[in-house]
Amino acid sequence: MLFETVGTLAIQSLHDMGGVLLLARDTILSIFRGRFHWKEVFSQMVRIGVESLPASMVAAAFIGMVFSVQIASEFVRFGAGQMVGAVMAIAVSRELAPVLTAVIISGRVGAAIAAEIGTMSVTEQIDAMYAMGSNPVKHLVVPRFFALTTMLPILTLFADFIGFIGGYLVAVYLVGINPIGYVDTAASYVDFSDITGGLIKAIFLGMIIALVGCYRGLRAHGGARGVGEATTHAVVQSLILIFVTNYFLSIILFKR
Amino acid sequence: MTMIKINNIYKHFNGKHVLDGVSLEVAKGETVAIIGPSGCGKSTLLRLIIGFNMPNGGQIYIDGHEITSPDEEKRVAIRRRIGMVFQSSALFSSLSVFENVAFGLREQALLTEREISEKVHEKLSWVGLSSSAKLMPEELSGGMQKRVSLARALANQPEILLYDEPTTGLDPIMSTSIENLIKELDHKLGITAIVVTHQMHTVYQVADRILMLHQGKIIEAGNPTETQESQNPIIREFVTGGGKEIKE
Repeated sequence: MLFETVGTLAIQSLHDMGGVLLLARDTILSIFRGRFHWKEVFSQMVRIGVESLPASMVAAAFIGMVFSVQIASEFVRFGAGQMVGAVMAIAVSRELAPVLTAVIISGRVGAAIAAEIGTMSVTEQIDAMYAMGSNPVKHLVVPRFFALTTMLPILTLFADFIGFIGGYLVAVYLVGINPIGYVDTAASYVDFSDITGGLIKAIFLGMIIALVGCYRGLRAHGGARGVGEATTHAVVQSLILIFVTNYFLSIILFKR
Repeated sequence: MTMIKINNIYKHFNGKHVLDGVSLEVAKGETVAIIGPSGCGKSTLLRLIIGFNMPNGGQIYIDGHEITSPDEEKRVAIRRRIGMVFQSSALFSSLSVFENVAFGLREQALLTEREISEKVHEKLSWVGLSSSAKLMPEELSGGMQKRVSLARALANQPEILLYDEPTTGLDPIMSTSIENLIKELDHKLGITAIVVTHQMHTVYQVADRILMLHQGKIIEAGNPTETQESQNPIIREFVTGGGKEIKE
């Protein structure tokens, strides 16, 4: 019974993974063939990027602050208070900003994509596209894929800055760390590659959120319940893939 | 001349045989109604004809071209010759009425925006919705949505129109209005049509020939008059709604 359940889950997961990869192939082919509308891409960039800015910035600020609360006092206790800036900058740029921004966007945008496209699936709008000789990849997937892969790195860049400032405020005004030391150690320990590495991660995580959300939406069936299931699956699978992919990207990008 | 040829089609879902060797020919310009109870496979048959799904066996030819071919590009090319009116209307909720009707024309990229605008307004006038071009789908009644769906299906000048439950869920007046519209347009444009429904009133109004789908097979019922007078107990039961016929 247990083996059967685990086996079924494994087969289903591999099936879904294959479906997402095929959708990725079709999406990239559509982009290279120029089969998409720029107007729709810009509209999605505004929806996905600009409208997500407040939520992701609030999250980034508090993540920087709470991380600073946890590490600043401990570092001071070991006489390494001046290193807080460096640790904050590295942690935020390499891990916290790209991953947690992706988590916020997965919950906000990935769910919305799955729900929107899922609703179109269950109301036969996707079939109507096919009936007119069109392709939902071109109209629905490419604009969202483009928007997420470009806007997530931009949001991550903002989160780098806001998270670092949040950490600064707590470290300096709550724990009493020297403000110049905080900034100086950050500047001397953080490489340009730490920031670009985080942005490269964001590109891949953006692709995951877009493809999983679209894939789940396109496969939705069975009315309102089907849309609900598509949305839940999209968020859960995106989150799992975000954390797994982030681990491997960290090894590839930062292991020295 | 045969426009649609369905040759021994089989389709099953999870071991359940929905279509069990269905064969059918529809002549050019003919309107065929397929009746049968909910869940008998009528909509599945339409989805196979337009190439959304592939059968488990058999072939379907549209004007001699096989739409059940595994070649996706070939299927898309054949599909452009077919229009479909969906049960739920399936209007794009983020687009206005005008943009919905223009969608297929813009997709083909063969016309200028001005020509597209002229065509869209012409099709909307055919369905009596000239003044609704700027409205969004949620601002329309069910009957109006069906009309827009019909205008959208007609925009690409299809040779074949497939209607999936075109009057289900509409009040009697709106149903009659849609039936008249289907009849008028099919005859005016010489379109080959398949209407899938369980509404007998619609069937009698629009069909040249009636077929019944029963246990995955087709039963020929004849023209509307022959269907009403059919002695086949399966057809009789469906036509009279399962009860005894009321005689005047």
